[in-house]
Amino acid sequence: MSIELGHFSLILAFAISLVSAFGGLLLWRRGERLALVLGQAAVLQFVLVGVAFLALVQAFVVSDFSLALAANHSHSLKPLIYKISGVWGNHEGSMLLWILILVLFGALVAAFGRRLPSDLASLVLGTQSLLVAAFAGFTLLTSNPFERLAVPPLEGADLNPILQDIGLAIHPPLLYAGYVGFSICFSFAVAALISGRIDQAWARWVRPWTMLSWVFLTLGIAMGSYWAYYELGWGGWWFWDPVENASFMPWLAGTALLHSALVMEKRNALKIWTIFLAIITFSLSLLGTFLVRSGILTSVHTFASDPTRGLVILSILAILIGGAFLLFAMRAPMLRQGGLFAPISREGALILNNLFLATAVGAVLVGTLYPLVLDALTGTTISVGAPFFDFTFGALMAPLLLVLPFGPLLAWKRADLVAAGQRLMGMAALAVFLTVLISALGGVSISLAPLGLLLGFWVSLGSVAELIERAKLGRIPLGESLRRLAGLPRSIWSTAIGHLGLGLTVLGIVSVSAWETEIVTTLNPGETTELAGYSIAFDSFEQIPGPNYLADTGIFTVTAPGGGMARLDAERRIYVASGTPTTEAAIQTYGLSQLYLQLGEPLDDTHVIRVWHKPYILLIWIGCLVMSGAGILSLTDRRLRLGAPQRARKAAPEAAS
Amino acid sequence: MSWRALLLCLMMAFSSPALALSPDEILSDPALESRARDLSAGLRCLVCQNQSIDDSDAELARDLRLLVRERLVAGDSNEEAEQYIVDRYGEYVLLNPRLGPHTLVLWIAAPLLLLVGLVALVLARRRTARPQAAGLTPEEQAVLDQLRDDTERR
Repeated sequence: MSIELGHFSLILAFAISLVSAFGGLLLWRRGERLALVLGQAAVLQFVLVGVAFLALVQAFVVSDFSLALAANHSHSLKPLIYKISGVWGNHEGSMLLWILILVLFGALVAAFGRRLPSDLASLVLGTQSLLVAAFAGFTLLTSNPFERLAVPPLEGADLNPILQDIGLAIHPPLLYAGYVGFSICFSFAVAALISGRIDQAWARWVRPWTMLSWVFLTLGIAMGSYWAYYELGWGGWWFWDPVENASFMPWLAGTALLHSALVMEKRNALKIWTIFLAIITFSLSLLGTFLVRSGILTSVHTFASDPTRGLVILSILAILIGGAFLLFAMRAPMLRQGGLFAPISREGALILNNLFLATAVGAVLVGTLYPLVLDALTGTTISVGAPFFDFTFGALMAPLLLVLPFGPLLAWKRADLVAAGQRLMGMAALAVFLTVLISALGGVSISLAPLGLLLGFWVSLGSVAELIERAKLGRIPLGESLRRLAGLPRSIWSTAIGHLGLGLTVLGIVSVSAWETEIVTTLNPGETTELAGYSIAFDSFEQIPGPNYLADTGIFTVTAPGGGMARLDAERRIYVASGTPTTEAAIQTYGLSQLYLQLGEPLDDTHVIRVWHKPYILLIWIGCLVMSGAGILSLTDRRLRLGAPQRARKAAPEAAS
Repeated sequence: MSWRALLLCLMMAFSSPALALSPDEILSDPALESRARDLSAGLRCLVCQNQSIDDSDAELARDLRLLVRERLVAGDSNEEAEQYIVDRYGEYVLLNPRLGPHTLVLWIAAPLLLLVGLVALVLARRRTARPQAAGLTPEEQAVLDQLRDDTERR
């Protein structure tokens, strides 16, 4: 009964979104009352899709196997959390999550966007509803999650064991909140193009939404990376897998958008480019959805699905993106660029940022799609894997990281590069010193490691340079400095912290790439091996049953160089329902470094043991957390609050004149 | 699916997988072994999803790892060993595609995009720089005069 209720709710939401879409896009000049109605419709869409989603969750929780989706992807013995996360561990359910995020952002605009001019609000909500209609229609017609079975099986087929992890509960919702969240930027861009309202105020309205989505996407990608790291069992944390790229491209484009919207907001320049980026960012999200669900890629992430679905998504993609770019092509020539500036200026620096980020998006896009296109055109199959991306992406990021610390120190309009350089001298010297020191201590195993380290330290230290400068640290009494720090605008804090996070991530990547050590050996219970100063004793081997799997467990005692002891349990599991084997690595954290231990298969009556020492690997994800924190901090800035307060309008003429 | 294929699938599902690099594969010569690892990291496990043979659990990956080591022990250089594998498994096996007519677009895409971006920037700059010379509109001049008067009065 509740399943039919959910199904009906989704159909109703689809109908409402259809009406809202046409209402918003055709009648947007009708003023306040239309905007109000569309706002209510947006909230209603959210409530209805929410009901549909809960109905699905409920069926999974009570193991109602008359629901085809639950029968195919759930199991009554599964722990509750995996029953719930199993809802989106498949194509149909994850589509519903997609739509849920879409309507959530629509409802958020309705709730927080009260101060938006009514024509813009109507257009934004209309466009968002169009997206909802497209995807709800797609889901209902080709991938209905509410399908029932006439003869329900007694037991479900279980979820892919790799997905039975807390990671599935967190990673997809965050990721979707990020890249589906960019739909709002898309809707704002389309609204701006239709209404012709493309000004600083627009940038001010759209930036918080970009920031919010960007924070979610950053967290989602970081979480996905950490999940892959501990779950897939060989300690890799980024694979340049096509589907990873599909989520990484919107992130790069979104990062560029954050920076270009800043120029548009402050200086009324880069308008065409910012609108273009807003469309591109969500288009890349859509492309990712298409790649994952069409079946044209093979990846750990793809859902088994039939090609007709891919065709339908491709058509939706073509219509939405094509339509947006048609609008763009019609409007863009009419836009007048404001805000003149010299090449050496904050604007110039942000343009450089955009140039490199946009090129990186292009490079990753080409690398991801090239094998598919080449295969289709010539029948030649090639692989484009990690070595290619490492090289190309690294070569594009190095110059960006090199110039990054200068950006925030440059003034708008016209800046003094020499002065900025002088202010960074101390930090540059410190970065060089640290790089030389660490390279001398750690040895240089990869020739590029010192360069990477230098860039990492340079960005990290250079980012806090402005804070230190503004606080006059060391030149005035400490208390006074702290007071100055506390009084700094949040935008300066969030810039510094965001860039610091990036620097930390770079340091983590370089460190683990250059100084990771590993050992592969055979070991019997009672024997001991050693790696990077850690002594690893194999205590015992046991077979322990889990709730829905059997586990061969190796129990180890690791003694750190400092003398601390820790017990590590590494498992090899066989899941009962599907017979699928998985490995569960044991990970022990020492400061920012980790010891990663994997129990291999038996070999001639002994056990294969693989141990990795991953120095400072946690910096990779800590850096992402710091970046996200900076984004959240920026969202609490009252000048940037969602929905934009009236101050924006007062401030606009000043800046424009 | 015939029952034979089904049986094969079941057997594959229940047999425990051979995991990535095993101790019995490791060469006694550390220099050769390190070269083998470098090579392995750039070779794709053909039956896996975007994994190198160094990381992969599949039987085929193990075969390739052993083959690479066999060639190195036989005295092949890294390039010769790689070519040996490519001759047998096709270029698909290389994670880093070789530069050639068929991958030209792939390899020059990034530098080309950067160049196009730079040229576009320069052109856009020229276009916006010109109107600046046109000077101020009468209204702007009036505002400016007003401001100047205000400051002088103070």
